[in-house]
Amino acid sequence: MSQYILRRLMIAIPSLLGISLVLFFVLALAPGDPFSELATNPNVPPEVQAALRAKFGLDDPIYLRYLHWLAAMAQGDWGFSFVSRVDVDTLILQRLPTTLYVVGSSQLLALLIAIPVGVYAATRPYSLFDQLANTFAFIGFSLPTFFTGILFILIFSVKLDWLPFVYSSVPGSGIPWLLEMIRQAIMPVMVLGLFQAASMTRFVRSAMLDVIRLDYVTTARAKGLGQAKVIVKHVMRNAMIPVVTLIALQMPAVFGGAIVTEQIFRIPGIGSLLISSILANDTPVVMAVTFVFACLVVLFNLIADVLYGWLDPRISFR
Amino acid sequence: MFDKNLRGMIDDVKDGRMDRRAFVKRMIAVGLTAPMANQILAIGGVAMAQSPNPYKPTKRGGGGPLKLLWWQGPTLLNPHFATGTKDQDGSRIFYEPLASWDVDGHLNPILAAEIPSIQNGGLSADAKTVTWKLKPGVKWHDGKPLTADDLVFNWEYASDPATAAVSIETYSGLTVEKIDDLTIRITFKKPTPFWANAFVGAYGCIIPKHLFADYKGGKSREAPNNLKPVGTGPYKFVEFKPGDLIRGEINPDYHMANRPSFDTIEMKGGGDAVSAARAVIQTGEYDFAWNIQVEDEVLLRLEKGGKGKALFAVGGDIEFIAINFTDPNTEVDGERSSIKTKHPILSDPKVRQALALLVDRDSVKKAIYGRAGRTTANYLNGPEEFVSKNTKWEFSVEKASALLEQAGWKLGSDGIREKDGKKLKLLYQTSINGPRQKTQAIVKQACQKAGIDVELKSVVASVFFSSDVANPDTYAHFYADIEMFQIPMTQPDPALHMRRYHSRNIATKENKWQGPNFPRWANKEFDAAIDAADTETDPIKRADLYIKGNDLMWQDNVMIPVMHRLAVEASSNTLRPALSGWANQTDNLQDWYRES
Repeated sequence: MSQYILRRLMIAIPSLLGISLVLFFVLALAPGDPFSELATNPNVPPEVQAALRAKFGLDDPIYLRYLHWLAAMAQGDWGFSFVSRVDVDTLILQRLPTTLYVVGSSQLLALLIAIPVGVYAATRPYSLFDQLANTFAFIGFSLPTFFTGILFILIFSVKLDWLPFVYSSVPGSGIPWLLEMIRQAIMPVMVLGLFQAASMTRFVRSAMLDVIRLDYVTTARAKGLGQAKVIVKHVMRNAMIPVVTLIALQMPAVFGGAIVTEQIFRIPGIGSLLISSILANDTPVVMAVTFVFACLVVLFNLIADVLYGWLDPRISFR
Repeated sequence: MFDKNLRGMIDDVKDGRMDRRAFVKRMIAVGLTAPMANQILAIGGVAMAQSPNPYKPTKRGGGGPLKLLWWQGPTLLNPHFATGTKDQDGSRIFYEPLASWDVDGHLNPILAAEIPSIQNGGLSADAKTVTWKLKPGVKWHDGKPLTADDLVFNWEYASDPATAAVSIETYSGLTVEKIDDLTIRITFKKPTPFWANAFVGAYGCIIPKHLFADYKGGKSREAPNNLKPVGTGPYKFVEFKPGDLIRGEINPDYHMANRPSFDTIEMKGGGDAVSAARAVIQTGEYDFAWNIQVEDEVLLRLEKGGKGKALFAVGGDIEFIAINFTDPNTEVDGERSSIKTKHPILSDPKVRQALALLVDRDSVKKAIYGRAGRTTANYLNGPEEFVSKNTKWEFSVEKASALLEQAGWKLGSDGIREKDGKKLKLLYQTSINGPRQKTQAIVKQACQKAGIDVELKSVVASVFFSSDVANPDTYAHFYADIEMFQIPMTQPDPALHMRRYHSRNIATKENKWQGPNFPRWANKEFDAAIDAADTETDPIKRADLYIKGNDLMWQDNVMIPVMHRLAVEASSNTLRPALSGWANQTDNLQDWYRES
């Protein structure tokens, strides 16, 4: 087992190197300039822009810049943002808690809806409940988050005036502050959570249906076990294996943030950091965020594989 | 004659026979703006009136929180590195200049004890030196006193090319010396009629020597206080998250009486302009939102029964269509639009004139900019004393067609004009931006009626305004026949704005397309006028020179002005912000208050 994990980690190194190489070159070849804002400003002579480019090494050949980046990264130096001149790791750590809170809660909400609804729908396929669940699931994942987000804002902020639509990260303490933090997260969490729940419900339902027809389930029933026990102990445990993979693979997204939703509600998370850095051509930040994301995907793939063996002893590691 | 009358009137003001308000009124009547009238008085030897913004609160603090929404959040807090106005706005909460431009375009003293004038000995008659006196007793947020050494340091810091400060232009071509602890003298290399640049306004914010002295030049990025500003401003620093949030608290030792009014300040970043307008005007979650580039129709809808309103500030920002005087389709020495070529179609003045007749500025204003735009024939639209009265514009497809006919462009069977077998076809580029694409459509339609085939091209803004030498789609490469964008006017003086089009500034491969004269227009008369204006100390003659420059651009149709754009802000109905078209939004933050 530990040998298996070690081998997987060793394989991850070349693939991460490859990913970083592709990311770096694509970003370097992309058009744009972090100092473009200075260009039309008559107060700033063009030499300043040129000096900044030279100072930040933007005029070096691409392979040299990549080697510099790799050498620094290996020593734990993530570089600094061209735009804010702040170290990239500081920027990311500043944004991480908010993203974990908002996207994490929405994933939790999605699970809390998807598993009971999916399981119940699978036990009574084509019943009224199943039909309703299916209909809502289809509506849920056909509506993009930018649409539901704006719809929620119009209904709950503008018309009803119940919830704020600008997410404020002002620190504080005490019960009123805590309530405010919860209140302002309701809309983004709902938007993201319902979207996730919709597709996950469908997934849980079909995973359950695959298992529920198997012979051992009939055997369990024949033994005289109650419906609840059969479903929870015998069917769900096996049906959850693909669901666990799905959740594990979604974990990087929890860290990566939700670009569109964060932008709509002004949530200062990783997603909004990524999009504003892309728009400002702030390559070190874009590079770091995407690379961390790649690392997380590789890591959680490994975790999913290890979890498989734990959930299903028939799977062995070699 | 105007000149003589004016001098007489200045003397009247000096002797007290005419009050300055009457003088300013008369100047406005003859077409000068208030800021110009005041600069005239300053150079004419009359001290500028200390005309602070109206301010009602009678005590410091107690105004509660002030919540600002900047849809592009500030990303750094060192005014010498501010890449955009958003960064200047954020820095300005904590840092202050000697003086800033107020609502009427007067210089409003902030850290200066008074505004220099000839009368108080601050200005020399040859326009080569300025002496500033600091307000006594001003303290940095950490308790250390502000002295002349700090000012001298800011000049050394910004003018050092290794620092790579964006304020380098403001602080070059001059020396700053300390006279005593509270007095500095700026000496210009050349006579400088527009003296109020260094230490004034957004680029004039002063950083403390005792915290930045070790980080001058190459090490400038490493200064810990780049992120933790210690200034002299009305609010003290609490927290900064780049791109997201700035927080500050009241400075109890602020150097102006009863100011500031708010107890805390919060500047939130992110999102987009429309929802920012909504958060202020419709739901009232925030007090003030910056730079609301939203169609006027949308703003009017939000304002109905809302909690806030849109505010407009007049400056000199101009949206224009620039003509390429060189050939974008012929390559000479690895460079298109080379100065060695001539544009095959647009080098004919009649065609350029026809194009100017085809830009329907009224429709553009009505359909797109609304209250946020003014139609104009001029490239230079402010301050008032520099605005030409000799120009005019009109929209007429018939006249344009007649001109094209005269120039030898005859209508072809497909409705497109042609001459010597060549079609009259133009490539019209701009950046991707809703109002710009709509303007493109309006212009294209009119051109079609006159028999010009216009091909539209839109480039992502980050590329269009990039300085990337290798990218052919930047506005500076100008590989198109005509292009449209906006050039902001960042100070109430046309020197920088007009100097761009001097023929020595033409963008070429040789200067890596960094020359700001992107239309590649060369006119000896214009060059001479601009050179003369640079050192002309007589404000009237100097204004005439810039008006002449503007008129030459108009005659030659170098730029077809599309819209004189106003700054648009959203404010809650109770907030009383002090805004100016000649300053950044937070430049007079100490004077903001809430009407109870």
